[in-house]
Amino acid sequence: MGKMKAAIIGSGNIGTDLMYKLERSEWLELTAMVGIDPNSEGLERARQRGYATFSNGIQGLEENPNLADIVFDATSAKAHVKHNEVLQRMGKMVIDLTPAAIGPFLSPVVNMGQHMDARNVNMITCGGQATIPIVHAVNEVANVSYAEIVATISSKSAGPGTRANIDEFTITTRRGIEEVGGAARGKALIIMNPADPPFMMRDTVYCEVEHMDEARISAAIHAMVKRVQDYVPGYRLKQEPIFDGNRVTTFLEVEGAGDYFEPYAGNLDIMTAAAVRVGEDIARKGVHHS
Amino acid sequence: MIRKSDKPLQITEVSLRDGSHAVAHQFTESQIRSAVRALDEAGVHNIEVSHGDGLGGSTLQYGRSLIDEMKLIEAAVEESKQSRIAVLLLPGIGTVHELKQAHSLGASLVRVATHVTEADVSAQHLHMARELGMEAIGFLMMSHSAPVAKLVEQAKLMESYGAEAVYVTDSAGALLPHQVKERIEALRGSLSIEIGFHAHNNLSLAVANTLVAIEEGATRIDGSVRCLGAGAGNTQTEVLVAVLQKMGINTGIDLYRMMDLAEHIIGPMLHRPQEILTGSLVMGYAGVYSSFLLHAERAGKRFGIDSRDILVELGRRGIIGGQEDMILDVAAELAHKSKSEVL
Repeated sequence: MGKMKAAIIGSGNIGTDLMYKLERSEWLELTAMVGIDPNSEGLERARQRGYATFSNGIQGLEENPNLADIVFDATSAKAHVKHNEVLQRMGKMVIDLTPAAIGPFLSPVVNMGQHMDARNVNMITCGGQATIPIVHAVNEVANVSYAEIVATISSKSAGPGTRANIDEFTITTRRGIEEVGGAARGKALIIMNPADPPFMMRDTVYCEVEHMDEARISAAIHAMVKRVQDYVPGYRLKQEPIFDGNRVTTFLEVEGAGDYFEPYAGNLDIMTAAAVRVGEDIARKGVHHS
Repeated sequence: MIRKSDKPLQITEVSLRDGSHAVAHQFTESQIRSAVRALDEAGVHNIEVSHGDGLGGSTLQYGRSLIDEMKLIEAAVEESKQSRIAVLLLPGIGTVHELKQAHSLGASLVRVATHVTEADVSAQHLHMARELGMEAIGFLMMSHSAPVAKLVEQAKLMESYGAEAVYVTDSAGALLPHQVKERIEALRGSLSIEIGFHAHNNLSLAVANTLVAIEEGATRIDGSVRCLGAGAGNTQTEVLVAVLQKMGINTGIDLYRMMDLAEHIIGPMLHRPQEILTGSLVMGYAGVYSSFLLHAERAGKRFGIDSRDILVELGRRGIIGGQEDMILDVAAELAHKSKSEVL
């Protein structure tokens, strides 16, 4: 079976990083990048690498419907609503990296299998991608009554969109912790640290559990970290989980692959890596509707 | 003193919010009620009530509140006849939902707090506060850690989002008097809104720095009665009122009533005297966020290491407000290191 053709909408940081990751994919073949600014660095890089580029937005894809079966949207929540209408009409599979949350929330190592039929899936948030797998792993063996995550990212890696809508991060991540991670109740905190050299992405996951079993929980966390490392090699435990009464605390560090972003921006890397993994899973299962 | 602003001073009492750190977030409803009643009768302009880390701060990361802050805010509004009830909001911790809830309970003023370099995360909340008809104030935390030009740039951002005043917030209690002077002076020259100053007494400079700020034109001043705030606490409100009165600056606050409530109402709420012990002194010296004090002491005990080492290491790594999880992390790492050194 040949590779499935893919396009990226959004020529900003996320879109550009996605481009480099898709180049390495065994299952997806990047064909095009769509932007709205003909002078954007992302479009220029895509042009240089021989991809079709369009600076007239979604129209570019509408006029070239056979360029891609699967479309990654790395624009904004507002733009995504419009893009999705067009793409659904065209019968495309859509992977949404914006906070629009039209489709189901997806963490590739948690609930990929449940949404193979969805035509639009949402990648939650960077903090969600980093922490929900751990909440899920702990929940599987110990029932999580409350999970709280703290995502610390370097100021340099937080774009203006994230900054202007920081509540979207906390609220969407909390929903993800509950709906995908399985915690009865969730809470998300985000901190932007301006230290220079930049702070590597850190995530702390606090879980309060109903059935404390240190050995089982610890094994589940270690196993999950390995699974995430499959697509984010720089995802690791900073130290062994700390147990305290009915609480387990997991300290994670996420080092990016250094494709377009510097390695400290693990928050951006885990989003694009997870999105590519989702696209590959779809391609592997050959879910063609078009 | 010749003040460089002709606007009246407005004092905001923060013991019922910043003091939440010092009592590990264990305020009771009756404590809040009696404190607000007395502060209101004494004529304090604003009284801040929230979890120490602001709305939504009741977490494992920062410590859970004994009583839901919304209940405390509601109680404070009920008890207050003249004082306005203020809340604190740190974007990334609290959201506009909690702000709306606090507003619906009668809070009429919000301070939206960001790290001094991250003002642009406050746009959403400052805009919402204005839309709700609340007074919207920007709070630039850890103001000691950025160059003056950066502080000015960030304050102007907050002004552009609708802030009606911006605070120089010395979260680490690390600023020296001349640094307060240059910061307030620079803001006065660049902003058309009011300027505020929030001190921590870690270097015993809170009252002195506050006087410098007032002289340079700050008009929004924070204090905590009996220094009931994080670290060594804030500018001691009843002392500041007395000093200002001696200097001929009338705040409209009744000094004797302040003394009485300090003695009989806030005093009994203290878990320990708010003196400058080693922990607070180290924070002021090394420029570490004051709320880390109790967390670092607990982590030091747990891992059998000196909490001073933890605080200094946090300062060295540029850990900012809100990163309490790094305290455990750093403590575990230091403990591990000292163990392997012994071996």
